[in-house]
Formats: sequence, structure tokens, C-alpha cells
Amino acid sequence: MSTTKEIDALTIRFAGDSGDGMQLTGAQFTNASAIFGNDISTLPDFPAEIRAPAGTLAGVSGFQVNFSSEDIYTPGDSPEVLVAMNPAALKANLSDVPRGGTIIVNKDAFSKNNLKKAGYENNPLEDDSLLAYQVHTLALTSLNRKALEDITSLSTKEKDRCQNFFALGLTFWAYDRPMEPTLKWVKEKFKKLPDVVAANERSLQAGYYYGENTETFQIRYRVKSASSEPGVYRKVTGNEAIALGMATVAKLSQKPIFYGSYPITPASDILHNLSPLKHFNIRTFQAEDEIAAVGAAIGAAFGGSLAATGTSGPGICLKSEAIGLAAVYELPLVVINVQRGGPSTGSPTKPEQSDLLQAMFGRNGESPVAILSPQSPADCFDTIIEAFRWAVRIMGPVFVLSDGFLANSSEPWKIPNPQDFLPIEVKHAKAEEGKDFLPYKRDPETLSRPWAIPGTPGMEHRLGGLSKEPGTGNVSYAADHQQKMTDDRAEKVARLTEIIPPLQVHGESKGKLLILGWGASYGAIRSATEKAQKEGKSVSYTHLRYLNPFPKDLEEICANFEQVLVPELNMGQLTLLLRGKYKNNFVSYGKVQGQPFKIEELYDKICELT
Amino acid sequence: MSTITNNNNGEVKPLTKKDFTSDQVVRWCPGCGDYSILAQTQKLLPELGIPKENVVFVSGIGCASRFPYYMNTYGLHTIHGRAPSFASGVKISNPDLSVWLITGDGDALSIGGNHLIHILRRNIDVNILLFNNRVYGLTKGQYSPTSLPGHVTKSSPMGSIEQALNPISLALAAEATFVARSVDTHAKHLGEILKRAAEHKGTSFVEILQNCVIFNDKTWEDVTDKKTKENNALLLEHGKPMIFGAEKNKGIRLNGLKPEVVELGGDISESDLLVHDEKCSDPTYAYLLSRITYPEYPCPMGVFRSVEKPTYEDQLVGQVKTAIEKKGEGDLNQLYNSSDTWTVS
Repeated sequence: MSTTKEIDALTIRFAGDSGDGMQLTGAQFTNASAIFGNDISTLPDFPAEIRAPAGTLAGVSGFQVNFSSEDIYTPGDSPEVLVAMNPAALKANLSDVPRGGTIIVNKDAFSKNNLKKAGYENNPLEDDSLLAYQVHTLALTSLNRKALEDITSLSTKEKDRCQNFFALGLTFWAYDRPMEPTLKWVKEKFKKLPDVVAANERSLQAGYYYGENTETFQIRYRVKSASSEPGVYRKVTGNEAIALGMATVAKLSQKPIFYGSYPITPASDILHNLSPLKHFNIRTFQAEDEIAAVGAAIGAAFGGSLAATGTSGPGICLKSEAIGLAAVYELPLVVINVQRGGPSTGSPTKPEQSDLLQAMFGRNGESPVAILSPQSPADCFDTIIEAFRWAVRIMGPVFVLSDGFLANSSEPWKIPNPQDFLPIEVKHAKAEEGKDFLPYKRDPETLSRPWAIPGTPGMEHRLGGLSKEPGTGNVSYAADHQQKMTDDRAEKVARLTEIIPPLQVHGESKGKLLILGWGASYGAIRSATEKAQKEGKSVSYTHLRYLNPFPKDLEEICANFEQVLVPELNMGQLTLLLRGKYKNNFVSYGKVQGQPFKIEELYDKICELT
Repeated sequence: MSTITNNNNGEVKPLTKKDFTSDQVVRWCPGCGDYSILAQTQKLLPELGIPKENVVFVSGIGCASRFPYYMNTYGLHTIHGRAPSFASGVKISNPDLSVWLITGDGDALSIGGNHLIHILRRNIDVNILLFNNRVYGLTKGQYSPTSLPGHVTKSSPMGSIEQALNPISLALAAEATFVARSVDTHAKHLGEILKRAAEHKGTSFVEILQNCVIFNDKTWEDVTDKKTKENNALLLEHGKPMIFGAEKNKGIRLNGLKPEVVELGGDISESDLLVHDEKCSDPTYAYLLSRITYPEYPCPMGVFRSVEKPTYEDQLVGQVKTAIEKKGEGDLNQLYNSSDTWTVS
């Protein structure tokens, strides 16, 4: 008989070949955990290659889930449980598993050939190399085939495709997860293929009962549901949250949304999530290239749509000239960069925050843009709505810097009431009797220019990329005109500080060390700081959502600390911007290793500095 | 001439060429072919019955692309080569607008070649006027993608060693639904072609042979000059046999897949000649016509192809309509809850 043990949190990683369905398995485990009421955070980690040669290290795909009875902010530093579907998956992931961790392996996959492909000289299941771990080997492939024996309409190959569900079922039993959400999903997903439904159900249940009936696991673990704020929740990834946010923008503004994009990892899911939302008056345009995607978005903005373009770093390179044009046209445009490892093609599926300076300066001439960055997958929802509010206010480009981790990672999202949002007020200028229309006459408060759209009588005007006379917008290279227009465009962005809320400092407002991060590092920074605070260390953190302009109170807050540690997934880009503006003692902590920050490494850094 | 309701007092007031002329001083070189194209366009627009607030001129970069500044309509002077994408966005955003795209041989065929073929294949209802002077003007005279091999310029002192691109062939390869050619100074013909382009639903592509008086003067003289054009140009007329020549005594006959110039008389009569069919649904025929080039043949002028196909924006609006019919107007609560949910109490 097994015993059940209560624990607060657990991190489990599913790893297998790209074709083994590990992303799906992980997602189902996450769903079940979320519906059960745990707080969750996930980290999908997959190669850029769709199907690298089976069995090789290059083809290993992983999905990590951290689930907890308490609030969690990261997908977990390292997996306490590793499910490895083949030797390559074991080899690629073993170093992340702490000593004493649990490893579940499919021993059927440890054939001579697979071992060779993974680069093993000896079978690690038969030597002493795994002595430090709790290893559960099971003949998963044959057990699964046996369970599906009487389903004669499916080939062996087809049956083997269900073996990830056998593994899933086993983990469901071991960690006391409900099977119902997955059974429901299977029915829905394969509704036209009753045999496939039957096979997947059978595999899942066979795995579950295998756990129950065998003595494989002496201890069964249970993570209680988390005591989150009351409400209705769902799970969202960052890319889903952006699409949900844009649908919300369509409603709040009562304007059509235009999204121009060219497929690129890891931003494409935004396009996929928006394309079915045509009934929200969202028009998506899959352009012939990155330049056309932004060009069409700017054209749509001129035509009166709320327009956005989404891409990743290499796409921003191509869009740069057009983004400069939008800055000079002074038309609202939201530019989403789901950052990935660079430079050049870089690491398409791995996160980095190394495009901050590109967003800030990556155009010719003086070309200021506003920049926002979400701190978690669900926060992408609020960030994209705010980005559109800003774009309408400044009549210019606003960057949203997401990244590959936020894009694919998921967390619970408390479903908001749409009634609670303030409308997005969009004003289109109309002709006034006896007055000439001045396309570049600025609002004295915001310095933005009027937005008159084609179809409006008496407001015909031309916009161009050439230097302009203030007011009329007529082509002019006059010295004072160029200076004035440059100053006004910069000041317009700078004045956003008027609507930026005060920064929240978590912890003491004065002390030895302040952690100042941005974007997706939030979770690890928060967890590491809280851990250090509990141990009495003089450390606080504040998180930057607004990267251009910086909040007004940033300098003063930093001045209250002896040192300001700036962790970022680049080699010090935010630090450079901060040092260019303020005199505080900034310490850069950068890394580019294709993975988000771990709590432990940040904690160690805090200890070093306090 | 169309009549437009005046918004202020309900009076009916016809628009004129003047209404479409902006207050900006035109800055092309004296004698530039662009003046004539501008004049014809400004003359045509009042005849189309479109309120001027519904007209948008979009351009790229180059001499031709200054055009929108001179039109008293809405306009975008964009970036080099990318005008088709901006024009696409304008039209998709508001399909009621009449969108015109002004471009040159460098803008459309060199830096913007990709965008050109894609707007054509999508069949977005935009009227594209490509001013082809076979040279880069604004950058002071380098050879362009339509310059003939051997063309001597500052960047090709020993003559260009590049094959020239045929804009009409390119447009047809992209299966453009309306493809035509006219000449800057042939005011009447140009006016007619522009009108046909405006009336066509779908992308209209018009190559306008245009003279650059500074860097490539008289480049089209052989096929456009009054004295020579009748022998060197062929006027395409739908349903009519292809006859040309000052004496109307020459024609085009098809020998297998090869067109040949024949003289009428003797045993060759009009019935032996190729009869122009701009409605031919297969673009192969129009493509064959596009390969009839001077000096081997007379240069064809007029409409090569004019076929009806659904436009991009109509289909998109149709999909939006269908989506609303099927799912109802978007409902945020429904959308937010469209995934598995759980309740924390």
C-alpha cells in the first residue's frame, strides 16, 4: 500500500522526442492541476526544429510544470520529477534534476540503437549512474500496447502515439490529479475518431491504474489547492493573453482592430489566436514579409483602425524604417516584440530580453517610441490594453516587449469583468467652419496631433516621411522646424510620465539592496527576494513595467538603496539606460543562456551583495 | 461630370479639376512627363463621382512618389518600395475608399518588387500607376531594373549588364486582373486607361511610359513620338484584329506560339490576324502579348487583361460577416470563458 504525503509544491518535467507529444502531455497535466485549484506556472522548452531526427538530443522537447498550494511566480528552478520517454530525453535533462529527485523512464525505449543516438555507451538503467535518484523504470510501450490490445482498428504505430497518455495517467495517479478534464478534452478533440478517443482514454486510465495497482510508487504526493483570490479562473499563455487583450481593446474603443503579421517564432500564436476573432471586428493580415506587415498596419491606422504588428527581434530589424515613419506620421501603432535569443536568427524558441536597446534606438534619426513590458503571461492582457491607450494618447508607436517564455508559459488568470474597464476614447478630428485643418497642431496637454481619417470631408491632408513644418505638416527642411518637430515628438513621449502610476517597492523603502528588473524576470526576482527577506536580509524589489519613459519616482527610489541590482536576460541593456539617466549605484546582472532566471541564482546574488 | 452634395447648405456642386489640386508647388523638373500624368489624374477624378474625401493617394519614394503632395485628397508618402503594403492596409481598413498607388520603376520593381507581386495576386482594389522612365531620377541617374542592357549611366559607365524587367510580364505572372500600358503625353489615351483602371474592381496595374527629361530623355521616343508611333506602337482594342502602321497595313499573326509581323494584302487578310481578347481568363494569352516588344515588334498600348475576380477586401468583409452570423457579435465574457475554467470561492 502506498501512503499519501502532503507537500506545498512540486515541479515536474515531461521530456521526450519532438514527436512524442510532450507539449500536449504537459499542457494536460497543467490543465488538470489548474482545474484542481493549484497555482501553476509552466515552462515549455522545445527545439526550433519541428522534427529533429528521432531519438537524438537535438530532438528533445520538454514541458515543465510547477504546481503549488501557495502563490508561485516561476515554473520552478529544477524539476523534482522527470518523466523521460527515451534515452535522449534522460540525457538532456538529467543535469537539471536535483540529487534525490524522481525519474520515471520508459525502459522499452532504451534500445541499443536509441542509446547510441543519445550518445550513451552503456545503458544508464543498468549501471550505477542513476544511483543518486529515485528511478522508476517501466515497460511503458509494451504496457500501453497491451492495454490497447483489443482495439484492432488502430495500427501499432497509432497505438504507440497514445503512450504519452499512459505516462500522463501514471503521473495523475502519483500526484493525485483528476483525470476528468483530460478525458473531456480527448472526447472533444477527436470527436470524429471514436477509436482514437477510446485508445487515448484507455491509455490514460491504464497508466493511472498501473500506478494504483503496482507498488511502483511507495508514496503518493498531494498538493492542496491554492487559496487564491475568489473568482473564476482560466489558464492563459502570454500570446493568448495578448489576443484576449486586443479583443477587449476592440470593444473598449468601438474601433476595428488591424493586426499585420508575418509568421515568426515565438510570435505566431498571436496571429493564430486573433484570426478566429473576426466577429470582434478584428482583421488579421498575414503579410508577404515583416515590412509589409508593419506597412499595412500603418496604412490601416491612417484609415482609422487601431493597428498593431507583432513579431520577434529579426522582424523588428526589418520593420525599423516603417516604425520610424509611424513616429513621424504620428499615427497610433502598437508594435509587439516577442523577444527570442539573438543576434540574427539566434535561438528562435528560447527567451531573451536583448531587444530593449533595439526598441529604444533601433531606427535612424531621433525617433522616440514608448516601451512597455509585461511581467507574467496573464499580465500580457493588461499590458496590451495599456499599450493601445498609450498609442492613442501619443499618436505614435508603442512597443510591447514580451518574450519567448511569457509567450508560451501559462499561469492562472482571474477572469475580469469587462464592465470594469474604462473605455478607450478615440477622437477623430472633424472639419470646423472657417478653420483650416492643421494636421500637426498639437494638443497643449499631451502634445499629440489630431487624427483625421479618410472619409471625413474637409480634412484632406497628406502625411509623409519628409521633415515637416509644425502645424501644417508641409514639407520643410528649415532648421527651426526640424528642431521643433524633433523636440515635440520627444516631449510627447516624455509626458507619458504624467499617467504612469507610482512604483511599488516591495520590502523596506530604504536599505542595502534594491532589485530592479523588468519583464518576465518578475517571478524569479520576487521569489528570490522574498526568500532573502524572510532571512532578514536588507533587500527590496521594484519592477519596471514602463521602460520608456521611466516612471518619475524611479531615481528617488533607487537613491534610497546602497546598490541597485539589475537582473536581465541580456548583457546589461537596461543598466545602460539607467546609467545614462541616473547616478545611482547600478550593478548589472545579465545572462543569455536560453532560460529564464532561476530563483536560486538570484538568491545567491542577493546573498553576495547583502 | 458627377455631382457631389455640398455638406454646408445642401446645394449640389460639381467637383472640378481644381478641387483635386493641392496648394503645394509642384517641384518636378520642367518638361518632366509626370506633369502630364498629374494633369490627367486631376482631370479624371471629378468624373468618377467619388467624393474627394474618399480618395487616398499612396506612394513610395522617388520622383513619381511626390505625386500625393499635389493631390488635394488624403495621401501617404511612404517609404521606398513599400507603398503597396500601406495601400493594402488603407483599403482593408476602409474598403469604401478609392485608393491609388503611385510608384516608379525603381520603387515598384527593384526595392519593392516583392510587395508589388503580392498586392497583385491578392487582388486588393487599388489602382497602381507605375511611371516607367527606365532610370533612377531622384538619386541622379543610375540604371534601373527596366533599363535596357548596355544602358550607360553613372553607375554603369561601360553599359548595364543586367536583363531589363518587363513590368507587364511581371504583373501578368502575378495574375493581376487588370493590366494596361499607356504613355505620359498621350493625354486622351492615358485618360481613358486611367478611367478603366479606376472602374476595375480589383488591383489595376498601369505601366505609364514616362520621359525623364534630365537623365533618360527620349527613352520611349521611338514608340511614343507622333512621327514614329504609328509604325512602332500597336493599339490594343478588345475584339479587334491587331493592325498597326501609318498605312494600317501591318498586323500581328500568331504562328504557333510565336507572334509575327505580317503585311496585309496578297494572301494575308484581317481574318488571319490575332484578335485581341482582354477578357481571356487564362493569363497565358496576355503574357504572350507582353512579350511583343519593340524593336522586334510594335510596342502594344492599351489594356492587356481585364478580368473579374473576387477582391481581397470583399472576401475579408465577407468572412467578418459570416463570423458574426455564426457566432454573433463578439462577446468578451464568452471569449474569456471559452477555455476550461475553475472557481475559487
